[in-house]
Amino acid sequence: MSIASASLNHAGRPDHALNGDALNADARREARGMLALLSPGLFLVFAVIIVPIGWLFWLSLFDENGQLSAANYARFFEQASYIKTFVTTFRVAFTVTGACVLLGYPLAYMLSQLPRRAASICLIFVILPFWTSVLVRTYAWLVILQRKGLVNTWLMDLGVIGQPLPLANNFAGVVIGMTHIMLPFLVLPLYASMKTIDVDCLRASMNLGASPAATFRQIFFPLSLPGLASGLVIVFVLCLGFFVTPALMGGGKVIMWAMRMEQTTSLYSNWGAGAALGVVLLAVTLALLGLFHWLLGTRATGVWSQR
Amino acid sequence: MTKRLCIHGLAIAGLLASAAVPASAADTITVASWGGTYQEAQTKAFFDPTAKDLGITIKQDTTNGLDDVRLQVTGNAVKWDITELGADECARGSKEGLFEKLDYSVIDRTGINPKLVHDDWVGISYTSVVLIYRTDVFGDKGPKTWADFWDVQKFPGRRALSGSQATETLSVAALAKGIPIDKVYPVDIDGALQSVDKVKGHIDAWWTSGAQAMQLVKDGEVDMASIWNGRAGTLKKSGAPVSFSFDQGVLTADCMVIPKGSKNKDIAMKALAKFVSPDLQANLPLYVDNGPANEKAFETGKIPQDRIKDINSSPENVKKQVLQDPAFWRDTLVEATEKFNNLIQQ
Repeated sequence: MSIASASLNHAGRPDHALNGDALNADARREARGMLALLSPGLFLVFAVIIVPIGWLFWLSLFDENGQLSAANYARFFEQASYIKTFVTTFRVAFTVTGACVLLGYPLAYMLSQLPRRAASICLIFVILPFWTSVLVRTYAWLVILQRKGLVNTWLMDLGVIGQPLPLANNFAGVVIGMTHIMLPFLVLPLYASMKTIDVDCLRASMNLGASPAATFRQIFFPLSLPGLASGLVIVFVLCLGFFVTPALMGGGKVIMWAMRMEQTTSLYSNWGAGAALGVVLLAVTLALLGLFHWLLGTRATGVWSQR
Repeated sequence: MTKRLCIHGLAIAGLLASAAVPASAADTITVASWGGTYQEAQTKAFFDPTAKDLGITIKQDTTNGLDDVRLQVTGNAVKWDITELGADECARGSKEGLFEKLDYSVIDRTGINPKLVHDDWVGISYTSVVLIYRTDVFGDKGPKTWADFWDVQKFPGRRALSGSQATETLSVAALAKGIPIDKVYPVDIDGALQSVDKVKGHIDAWWTSGAQAMQLVKDGEVDMASIWNGRAGTLKKSGAPVSFSFDQGVLTADCMVIPKGSKNKDIAMKALAKFVSPDLQANLPLYVDNGPANEKAFETGKIPQDRIKDINSSPENVKKQVLQDPAFWRDTLVEATEKFNNLIQQ
């Protein structure tokens, strides 16, 4: 085969005919060398990602009697609660991502405009909660938001509301708790990308007569999109697999996919039942990443590799 | 997540503790239970006296339930010689062939309800699902029966039921329909689901853990709830304005098994025989609100008279409650749970 491709190169590029063979051999040697250097990494990826996922997929194809069947997947359509869980999971993920963008974009913008020292101090306040346990933060929200929690007690004492607001043990509680946890995942990549925007571009725009608003809209915002897209994807994908916060803040009314996975694994005697849920989530997540990639180009999914 | 962290902590503590006591591998067994105050009580009531009596070392671990046993047995990596489970888990695991046969020439079964004595599992203690209400909302005129709990006109207020334990919620739903306690089992699942359907619009939270049920009631997030008696007792002792009784409670048993492939089966059998003996069973209610599975424990004279009335499995209290039938749920749990989830999930 190598001879065939070598001769094809001969025919295709007669200019290189003289040293073509030598160059091709060199290229092949280099490719082999690179492969050899990459092989530990490739082996690791194979052993810790490809094999377990393949195994998960394999397990999901067997029913309780160990027979090959599609029962684990058919269940999603037979039992209404699975579709509901799926829809809830995406509703939560979309809402939280939206809330993170609304809160995170202005915050990252402010951070990027502040002088260096002030920005690093403010960044500490973004990162600090990031280091606190998710569980602790979720319980804190419960204390703040529940019926006799801080918010409701204060608002009622001030006479703003007559009845406590339903802020915990429902959808709103889950979204508030998760937005708090997810915000740094959006702000950090967004801030990093905003810092790389060349100030000269903005100066040039204003020099040419654009108003600050127009400069922001036409220059700054488009240039910040790669960071926004990457933060958005991270937040959205992490939301899809969330467990602790919806379990505690949802009051058993907001069941997300990961919670259903835990329940299904203990309910059914075959691992396949739970594995099928994992496979579906993985497939949908990959499909969505593909969609983001297609919509936003490599900016969204490849932003890390550019750095 | 907390549970896992907690387990790791306990496992490390267990390792340290066991490292301190030298013993040959042959007379060491590992027992797994639910952790927390319950396992501490079991340590004092069962494990320590048994270890002393038999001259063995009992190492401890904590379990998440049937999944853990399944993982160890199907993966040929059995590290526990005895583990505790919920009775319906025992019944299901038995059907899956996950446990060793028990030798009733070593284990004396007298005094244990025959429904909890099986080829490969045996009852160890009881938990009750009870109706709790806040006395600062209702005074002493709160809901006393599950029919009251379902009556949203007469008892307006916020409510919570278990969303994770379908078996328990369906049992109380059957009681709410007015079915007498001795007729609840076998549960008419569709009837019970209809009963849940009637109240579900008024349920403000479906709890998924004992701690959550406790928090909901303690913080006044709900005014009435179904709750495990141990948690209810803790709330009352901590001074929360709550009231509960064993009337129309649902008695659910816990059981112990020897996972298939245990390397110390024979010693485990002897230890298990000790755990279910009336003498050690009588120790349990001295430390925790979970009642003994062996009713002969009440005849040992170890349990003070004024304590007996607070124990869910005392002969007096057993009469007021429904005994959850593990064999029934073994065959119906999956279907009933899926239907239950379809119903309660919005």
